[in-house]
Amino acid sequence: MSATATTRKSGAAGKASKGGSRKPRRAGWWLPYALLAPAIIFELVIHVIPMVTGIWMSFLKLTKMFISNWGNAPVTGLRNYQIALDFNSAVGAGLLRSFLITAAFTILVVGISWGLGMAAAVALQKSFFGRGFFRTLFLIPYALPMYAGVIAWKFMLQKDNGAINHFFFDNLGLAGAKPFWLIGDNAFWSVVIVAIWRLWPFAFLMLMAGLQSIPNDVYEASAVDGAKPLRQWSAITLPMLRPVNMVLLLVMFLWTFNDFNTPFVLFGGSNPPAGDLISFHIYNASFLTWNFGSGAAMSVLLLLFLLLVSGIYLLIMNRRKDRA
Amino acid sequence: MRETTGAKAFRIVTIAVLGIFTIVPIWVMVISGLKPLKDVQGDFTWWPSTLTIQPYIEMWQTVPLASYFVNSVIVSSVATVLSLIIAIFASYAISRYNFRGRTVFSTTVLSTQMLPGVLFLLPLFLIFVNINTNFGLQLVGTRTGLIITYLTFSLPFSIWMLAGYFDGIPRELDEAAKVDGCGPMRALLTVILPTARPGLVAVAIYSFMTSWGEVLFASVMTTDANRTLAVGLQLYSTQTNVYWNQIMAASVVVSIPIVIGFLLLQKNFVAGLTAGAVK
Repeated sequence: MSATATTRKSGAAGKASKGGSRKPRRAGWWLPYALLAPAIIFELVIHVIPMVTGIWMSFLKLTKMFISNWGNAPVTGLRNYQIALDFNSAVGAGLLRSFLITAAFTILVVGISWGLGMAAAVALQKSFFGRGFFRTLFLIPYALPMYAGVIAWKFMLQKDNGAINHFFFDNLGLAGAKPFWLIGDNAFWSVVIVAIWRLWPFAFLMLMAGLQSIPNDVYEASAVDGAKPLRQWSAITLPMLRPVNMVLLLVMFLWTFNDFNTPFVLFGGSNPPAGDLISFHIYNASFLTWNFGSGAAMSVLLLLFLLLVSGIYLLIMNRRKDRA
Repeated sequence: MRETTGAKAFRIVTIAVLGIFTIVPIWVMVISGLKPLKDVQGDFTWWPSTLTIQPYIEMWQTVPLASYFVNSVIVSSVATVLSLIIAIFASYAISRYNFRGRTVFSTTVLSTQMLPGVLFLLPLFLIFVNINTNFGLQLVGTRTGLIITYLTFSLPFSIWMLAGYFDGIPRELDEAAKVDGCGPMRALLTVILPTARPGLVAVAIYSFMTSWGEVLFASVMTTDANRTLAVGLQLYSTQTNVYWNQIMAASVVVSIPIVIGFLLLQKNFVAGLTAGAVK
């Protein structure tokens, strides 16, 4: 700070001769920093400091014996990581299983949500009677508070008094016993469907906004040249939406991989093994066993994985952009 | 331009399938809230045996829904206003000034979006407890704690979206204002903000929805004193008798303000996205 103050003084005197290379600060140079200060302070307190603390905790033996005076918890180095990554132990095997389930969940949810969002955005691209109504309808699941939508699904997926079993077995007359949807292996498909229901309107919204920036005469010109709709989509729509898609897919990937809310509200406290998504798994590992050091180590591993995937993704995307 | 048969078929099928997928849960929610209790305990029906508004009356007694509602309204509104103000300043700096650390700030803020909530949930909880013991400021179990937590959740995306929006406003406008003798802050208030209204609305909607729907931190940071709807609504199912009709009625009630607000302002929201995020 004192260095900057001297520079300013000498700058004000108009003789920034010392060092020679440094330019005098312009008046009001501090303004952008002052404007950013509130954002920086809140981000530090709520995100950065807790994250650093979390990383530090992952090196501690922070079990319930030390939770009240966690400053005294012994340092165990990489022990928590070793346990989490030892796939022969129960803890490691559980984490690996949860990771694989989450990976499958994310691929299905992001892929299908993107497909549905794209289909709807293209279907509503040209104006027709009722377009405004359907656009509004499709956005409702996004506007609904997430827990309200998920609780409605939870009711629909009940075995005996739910709408899904009623539809298949009473309305359509399917034979056999009504299955459970929220426990057992079906739980995976339930959480996938519910997550898609919540996520696809966001893809629709972003793609719809992106489509509005494509001028209409591009389509008209290509139609004159005899291009069919599918060809128009692959030759015009998709390339023009590239910047949107780049951000959209990354954001949807991060949200879905980290999704805690959907399984938490859908399954309540007892998550079925088939719906054991990783955030939920870590939450339970921390709060049920009170082993917070181990939970923190798992969270750090999750963060590293997300960083790695995002980094590779952005690298590939940027390289392709340079080549194009 | 004439539409081909294939394109028309695609449009109709897409709209029909997605329409049904979207509307069924909403239908179930609305109609089940108008059913007597025996209807939701037995086999599901698409229409109630008798239409009743009883669930809408009883739901206020089963759990203290009104107080959860008040908490959610206060927390979400204050968090939205604060987040919007902070985001305006930060976006203005990013959009209009070229300063050292600009890129670092933008990337860091945006990358907090990828932090798994479970990573900083417990540390944040412990930090709040420590602030309480050392400075006497109670943050766990109070609305203040939730407000400052939630405002940072919407901040990264808000800053990013608004900075994009500000970039779209010609610099000549605020340069002209400065020539007329406006300081940078007056230029922001009198020139940029009025022009950026759709973007501001979009960001405000986004922030409000983020706070209104947050579950993970609410489940750890709230006690009876500051419980929000996100946690409160789940308390219906922990009762010995699951009052599905009341849960659905309550879901409708907590959804109505936000859904109507969103739908009324959706044009602004799309415009904000188009100008900001989608460039």
